[in-house]
Amino acid sequence: MAAATASRSGLRSALPLLTPAYLWLTVAIFLPLSAMVFFSFMTELPLSGKPWAFTLGNYAAFFSQSLYLTLLLASLRLGLEVTLWCIVIGYPAAYVLAKVLKGRSREAIFLLVILPFWSNGLVRIFSWAMVLREGGILDTALNAVLPFKINIDLMYSYPAVIIGLVHSYVPYMVLTCYLTLQAIDDSLIEAGRSLGASRLQVLKRVIIPLSMPGLVAGAALIFVPVVGSFMEPRILGGRTGTFYGTVIEDQFVAVFNWPLGAALSFILLAVVLVILAVASPVLRRAA
Amino acid sequence: MRMPDLTALLTATAVFTSALAFAAKADEVHVLNWKGYGADEPWAVEAFEKATGNKVVNDFFNSEQEMLTKIRTNPGLYDVVMINAAFNDQAMDGKLIQPIDVSKLPNYADISKDKAGSPMLVHDGKVYGVPWVWGLTALAINDKSFDKPPTSIAEMWDAAHKGRVVIRDDAVEAVQFGAIATGQNINDIKDMDAVKAKLTSLMPQIKTFWSSENDWNQMVASNQIDIGTYWSGSADRAKTHFKLPVSLVVPQEGAVAWLDAFSIPVGAKNVAGAEAFINYMIDPKFYVEWVTKVGAPVSANTKAVEALPEDAFNRKVMGDPEVAKRIQFQAPITDAQREAYLALWQQLKVDVK
Repeated sequence: MAAATASRSGLRSALPLLTPAYLWLTVAIFLPLSAMVFFSFMTELPLSGKPWAFTLGNYAAFFSQSLYLTLLLASLRLGLEVTLWCIVIGYPAAYVLAKVLKGRSREAIFLLVILPFWSNGLVRIFSWAMVLREGGILDTALNAVLPFKINIDLMYSYPAVIIGLVHSYVPYMVLTCYLTLQAIDDSLIEAGRSLGASRLQVLKRVIIPLSMPGLVAGAALIFVPVVGSFMEPRILGGRTGTFYGTVIEDQFVAVFNWPLGAALSFILLAVVLVILAVASPVLRRAA
Repeated sequence: MRMPDLTALLTATAVFTSALAFAAKADEVHVLNWKGYGADEPWAVEAFEKATGNKVVNDFFNSEQEMLTKIRTNPGLYDVVMINAAFNDQAMDGKLIQPIDVSKLPNYADISKDKAGSPMLVHDGKVYGVPWVWGLTALAINDKSFDKPPTSIAEMWDAAHKGRVVIRDDAVEAVQFGAIATGQNINDIKDMDAVKAKLTSLMPQIKTFWSSENDWNQMVASNQIDIGTYWSGSADRAKTHFKLPVSLVVPQEGAVAWLDAFSIPVGAKNVAGAEAFINYMIDPKFYVEWVTKVGAPVSANTKAVEALPEDAFNRKVMGDPEVAKRIQFQAPITDAQREAYLALWQQLKVDVK
């Protein structure tokens, strides 16, 4: 009884602190998202002024054509590959930042990691376009240095999409891993070493398990938006740049079929949630 | 832009436009058009405002469907709307646009008869759209890759250009282009399988799908492409304005032509201002300045075209009677056709991955 009263008064005092956040979430996320759920079951957009009715047809469209499934699988593969590259590149960087560098040099490197966040995403992609194309910066630079002639034209290809996306998302991995790595007590590592573990064993038995929450959080932060990405594939991918996200964008922008676009988005959301739900026990055990 | 950003943006735009609706004043002319398409040129707006005392308020759309939705959901907001002739029917059927009293437009008399009398714009003797400009979706080439300009559309399929061909990322345009390549009428495609087969064999040639003029020009500037579909006005702009090695080719098989026209929505608050604005848009003086300063498609006003220098692209190439024989104007298409075209186009893009 006393405990219940206490928790109620605790909630009351917390209310002023919580209200702004929840109000914002309701207005900015919950309302538009529920409107989209509503649209996804409609034959026509109510805004369009045409008569409309409820239908499951938009969801059925996903299953009636193999192309949506093909693209969804391609997007999931893209998400996995980008996440993997982000781990390969981001984790060692985070380790060096957290455990090797100190003081000024750490700040400087940290700044370099954060820097991409400060520039507009579109600008980043267009600068990659200049680097990757035939006769671009990479091609010219390598040919100036190398004694033999090579031809590098990565632009408008699948690798170009991967490069662009990894560049955009690797800071998330560095930041989340940095936070967990930095929290590892150095004495644990020293203890492991002094008890005869090799560097590799310390990494495998101490550092990676303790930093797992950061890796998992970073992977989830990267995987989800990459699966739905459309700007990078469209600009860098050329004729291989059709993905699930670009098809959704077409429905919204090119043909103005919001109901189908919304339905495709929610199917993606459902698939991503299922993947995260299936993966979470495994990941939790690992963490 | 991620998906939630897009949603937020669209919501914000909707809120913003409805806020504008309350602010509409009698002496304002609200114009709905593509961005960067003549009507929003600062010098033009300034000249019109000075001449008539009306204030121009521009608003833009990104697709024809969006344009129709904007007129539908904001009755009374817009005074002038630019509608592609192929969409005029749809707007009229939806009671979105009203007949125009062309006697109030002194320049209307100079519009070429075939355009002014187009059945797409005139219904029951009433004018629902004033022809403004027209142009082609034809081929354009990188001059550096050709000794002699090609004459046939088949050049796009030539193995010599593999990986150096571009086509616009637009389902309707792609399908109609396929119809021309298979010798069919773009407005009455009988053999869809032939179109699909023809486009399927084109896909491995493609470098990328362009979506803006800038994409095209950048690729030519860095010598990455040989040939591709392009808009006539853009090809001219690339050559004269940006000094790029680009030439337009109207292949012997034909090309897709489109006609853009101005309409007045039902419930427009400033019809007199709208008439004045449309008249100004088809005026030779505005047109010549637009061509010289920016580069533009071909005016539907014959006097405006005659006011251009003799060797101007829009007069010499586009005015060539041989070209006129070959081109096919886009007629209205139904929503069902549009969706079928999109499904076909998406399938082609997935198959080539």
